[in-house]
Amino acid sequence: MSLVQQTNEGGQELGARSELTAKELLREVGSVLRMSEAEAAALALDEIDPTTDQTMIINMGPQHPSTHGVLRLMLELQGETVLRCKPIIGYLHTGMEKTAEQLSYMQGGTNVTRMDYLSPLNNELVFSLAVEKLLGIEGDIPERAVWMRMLLSELNRMSSHLLFMATNGMDLGAVSMMIYGWREREQVLRFFQKVTGLRMNHNFIRPGGVAADLTPGWRDDVLSILEEVEPRLDEYDVLMTGQPIWRERLQGVGVITQQEAIALSATGPTLRCTGLPWDLRRDQPYLRYDELDFDVIVGSYGDAFDRYAIRLNEIRESIRIVRQILERMPSGDYRIQDKKVTPPPRARIDESMEALIHHFKIFTEGFKVPEGEVYVAIESPRGEIGCYIVSDGTSTPYRMHMRAPSFVNIQCLPHMMRGGLVADAVAVISSVDPVLGEVDR
Amino acid sequence: MDLLHGCPTGDSRGQATVFASVEQYLPLVKKLADDGYNMCSDLTAVDYLTHPGRALPEGVEAKRFELVVNLLSLDDRKRLRVRVQLEDGQSAPSLFDLYPGTEAMEREVFDMYGIAFTNHPDLTRILMPEDWDGHPLRKDYELGQIPVQFKQVNS
Repeated sequence: MSLVQQTNEGGQELGARSELTAKELLREVGSVLRMSEAEAAALALDEIDPTTDQTMIINMGPQHPSTHGVLRLMLELQGETVLRCKPIIGYLHTGMEKTAEQLSYMQGGTNVTRMDYLSPLNNELVFSLAVEKLLGIEGDIPERAVWMRMLLSELNRMSSHLLFMATNGMDLGAVSMMIYGWREREQVLRFFQKVTGLRMNHNFIRPGGVAADLTPGWRDDVLSILEEVEPRLDEYDVLMTGQPIWRERLQGVGVITQQEAIALSATGPTLRCTGLPWDLRRDQPYLRYDELDFDVIVGSYGDAFDRYAIRLNEIRESIRIVRQILERMPSGDYRIQDKKVTPPPRARIDESMEALIHHFKIFTEGFKVPEGEVYVAIESPRGEIGCYIVSDGTSTPYRMHMRAPSFVNIQCLPHMMRGGLVADAVAVISSVDPVLGEVDR
Repeated sequence: MDLLHGCPTGDSRGQATVFASVEQYLPLVKKLADDGYNMCSDLTAVDYLTHPGRALPEGVEAKRFELVVNLLSLDDRKRLRVRVQLEDGQSAPSLFDLYPGTEAMEREVFDMYGIAFTNHPDLTRILMPEDWDGHPLRKDYELGQIPVQFKQVNS
């Protein structure tokens, strides 16, 4: 058995060009590269001649350090040029949507928070919003809980984008940037640890509100983060944005047009880099984003540099939003006083038998959710994250589906890479900023 | 009951829904795409094997599988959900020609539920290995269990 046969895993992979019939190639090229039929036909005629076939198929990943986890790309190269590319995913698939069907709505947060592990609070938020919509209590959430959710979600956006700054810099050789990005993100994670008890995978935003109130002195903690991060962003500008090598490396790389981005259902910075101002915080406002003043950052060329610049400026916008939240944070309850979904306070358990029983019941059985199905979408740092829940009237979801932005955005990779250099492939993957935990779920 | 392009509509917690049969599905989505729904934000499926008695509008017959397509209009800022009833083994037309972004989503549905899509350019498993048996998100898929034995316990 030849080495190719031994290592081939079947139809998921990119087939060898010489083994394909013209029709198959046309279909494969057309589908993977999203070209019109006329374009694909022209390409097939150009490149199908197997006698002059000088191309090579190589695997990039799944253990390549710049593939952000376990993304595997099959690249067909001609010299240094990428002719075709096919992302192969599933190496991190752990069946989280199946797991969600076994966990109650109370426990579901621990599951969804592990999907996009760089913005766990956004995952919890969309899950909680969907459950609240099914329960019909979405209008009764106390104001303080709503504003706390916004505060945490924006700080999470900052930490996620700061990590993007770090990994994007590292992928492109600006290694010192990696240290700086992690350093700033650490400040945000320390705040999360103080408030939620954990640095990641918080399970803090729950159906009905949040798990606990903000810690004393939280305002000073947040202000010190903002005061530290804000001048550092200007340092990033000096270090990267204005630097000629950085610009050479990113400008004009991985270009995508607006029509292509919309057709491929891309969202988040991948869509906004093409100049379309589509941000669910502004266009389909949830929580109280409609009361805040912020700008939607768009690019104009659709290249990797635009995607970098959008994320950098989105950190600035998040800082602006957080400052407004600090001013307007209301006092009051941090979770809904609905005995059906809210466990009793810890102190009551020691003195009241009923509270103990209530606490026990709510954490073992969970709460029942009326029959129905909803789809709720919010803007995560990577794009539209949607949660589709079907309830059959019991205390576990009948079906829970996450519309993961990275899973959809990753389809843009073949298109962005086509005709580019293999060295730019790294820049392109990095600029889409996929989180493989979310891609594979 | 209101009809949208000849298909019954519904309302689920204030979210607009339209029900289509397999035959109506592709023509309906084509018309909706012309109506301004220019992005297909999500495509998934549900296996209603153990929950057959769900609420459906009059004239829609409940079948085992349901294909759920969430369309988004970027200009009008509104969403619409298309729900299609499918029998076991029945295939649905692919939306690839209208929305190329559904390629990976349809592959995921095929992988997880075994629902085939006609005219899909590359219908292979996407998350599970190529040689995997069965479709994990089906309700009759056996859940794996590891027997736990407590050894060395002296009663």
